Amino acid sequence: MAGIEVTALHKRYPDGTVAVEHVDLSIGDGELFVMLGPSGCGKTTTLRAIAGLERQTTGDIRIGDTLVNDLPPAERDIAMVFQFYALYPHLKTRDNLAFPLRAEGLPKSEVQERVAEAARLMRLGPLLDRRPRQLSGGEQQRVALARALVRRPRAFLMDEPLTNLDAELRADMRTEIKHLQGELGATMVYVTHDQVEAMSLGHRIAILNKGRVEQIGTPLEVYDRPASLFCAAFIGSPPMNLIEVEVADGKLRSQGGLALTPPPGLPRDRRLVAGVRPEALEVTEPGAERSVPARVVSAEWLGDEIIYVVDHSGQRDVRVRMPPTVRFAADAPVGLRHTGGTPAVYDVSTEELVA
Amino acid sequence: MAVSVDEAVSTGPARDHTPPARRLGGRGRSVLEIALLTLLAVVMLFPVLWMIETSIKENRDVYAIPAKFFDFTVTLEHYKDVFVAPGGGRSALSVAFLNSVVVAGVSTLLATVLGVPAAWAYSRFAVKAKKDQLFFILSTRFMPPVVVVVPIFLMYRQVGLIDSKLGLILIYAAFNVPFTIWMMKGFVDEVPAEYEDAAMLDGYTRLQAFRLFTLPLLVPGIAATAVFALIFSWNEFVFATFLTSSDDVRTAPPAIAGLIGGTTTDWGLVAAASVVFALPVLVFAYLVRKHLIAGVTLGAVRR
Repeated sequence: MAGIEVTALHKRYPDGTVAVEHVDLSIGDGELFVMLGPSGCGKTTTLRAIAGLERQTTGDIRIGDTLVNDLPPAERDIAMVFQFYALYPHLKTRDNLAFPLRAEGLPKSEVQERVAEAARLMRLGPLLDRRPRQLSGGEQQRVALARALVRRPRAFLMDEPLTNLDAELRADMRTEIKHLQGELGATMVYVTHDQVEAMSLGHRIAILNKGRVEQIGTPLEVYDRPASLFCAAFIGSPPMNLIEVEVADGKLRSQGGLALTPPPGLPRDRRLVAGVRPEALEVTEPGAERSVPARVVSAEWLGDEIIYVVDHSGQRDVRVRMPPTVRFAADAPVGLRHTGGTPAVYDVSTEELVA
Repeated sequence: MAVSVDEAVSTGPARDHTPPARRLGGRGRSVLEIALLTLLAVVMLFPVLWMIETSIKENRDVYAIPAKFFDFTVTLEHYKDVFVAPGGGRSALSVAFLNSVVVAGVSTLLATVLGVPAAWAYSRFAVKAKKDQLFFILSTRFMPPVVVVVPIFLMYRQVGLIDSKLGLILIYAAFNVPFTIWMMKGFVDEVPAEYEDAAMLDGYTRLQAFRLFTLPLLVPGIAATAVFALIFSWNEFVFATFLTSSDDVRTAPPAIAGLIGGTTTDWGLVAAASVVFALPVLVFAYLVRKHLIAGVTLGAVRR
């Protein structure tokens, strides 16, 4: 296994579209690194550049100590798992697994041994003699993972491997991938647009937007202190409430009077927005202590929780996560109270975290 | 997606044989349908039938008035004349047929060998002004051959390609390459690029990946495309008439046309030559009919 260094990556296609503006990544040996972003943010292009399937316009890629800029994919010693599995349709599972090994020219006995090992790891025993079209989506993806495993590559690249599976299977495979990664101590770069996948899998997450890295951090860092308004709106379901605030009397105050504890080192004379997670707010009876008047617009009953959408003078659609026992009718006058700690504060003009 | 491609290019029989649905009107309607279709078939196929009949009639039956439909003596004399010259040896027509085989075959091969990789490249790579390039390639087919035949005649005279099989092969290939690129691009688009990506990571070069994984999946498409190209080259008349003159080079269509006219026309020979000319394409199209249908309908339905 090896780490991966991406320095000043830039990719521009011949037709003029820029897929990756500027990306720097430093992925540790044995790390499960997730690249997260909306479609068209450059995450897949970055991954394909690491794989060698796309040649970057400028920038360097190192795998371990090797500069791989000019190496073809085959010589980079990496394995990739694709969204559409890409199992060779004319080959049985067994031969699909053996294929990369035969391409390397390994002796027959070794090929058999490694195929058996990968099949055991991914529990493919009964599927070995079937062809891809006789397998379900989940089975195909397990075969695709096994095919990546047999190579014993220096790193695994995963391009939205779970996107085509249904929800239940996706959760199972997520667990399986995480377990496998831990067991093998594998370096894994995982591309997804699904924040739940990113949060649950990643040791660290890179959030990409418009060909640039917006933030790199552990799932908790990314969740607690999104580095920009884009990250704040992208991570979390429902996402952070972005509330315009002013500094007054040592407090951050919204237009409607909601008071938040200000973080230290706030810049002066700038328009600020506080990012408040839905669970850092509380819907109360009207007039409760430290609450400001608000009105319930709608409520989403999710079983284990209720998401209230409330308006509070001038601030529309504030989302609040409440336990299912606390019930207010739609249109009811309520109180809104901040219960969390110091919020993240953003500069409106630069859209970046200021404190 | 991968599954749908497998199905689309599957050479096996289609899986769902839905029984013909019973439509409104029931029996009366189907009788009318069959009657109309039979009438149409008779009208359409009568010339073909007459051609076949003429080809096996003796000359006095061919010219008999009133025409003889059934009570004529069957002879294969005309078919013999197609291949054997009156004094023995090869006939001019048989040479023309051989020329047709060579010209159509080689030009189709050339168009396929050039067109398939081009289609692959247009499908897989980001090319500058790709749409404009593809439109330009297609636009070469906009003009009817008659319009360009004179300039091409003059150019060919300059470079010495007049009255040569090579000249015909090149012009037919030039006409078939755009068609091949456009039709094959549709097929290549249907094959997921991930197969090649995976193969490249598994240790193959891009070209090996294309040859080992994409190409086998393209075979039905190539067959369909090649048959269309072959039919075009086999039937082509205008260029063949203008660009060739000697019997050694001339292909079958102008050679058959040349039988008509003069003082007398041997209609039996014309008919027999036409039957011989029509057969190879019919047989070939029949053999690859499944691929042809797949080729025409592939991509027509969004899956």
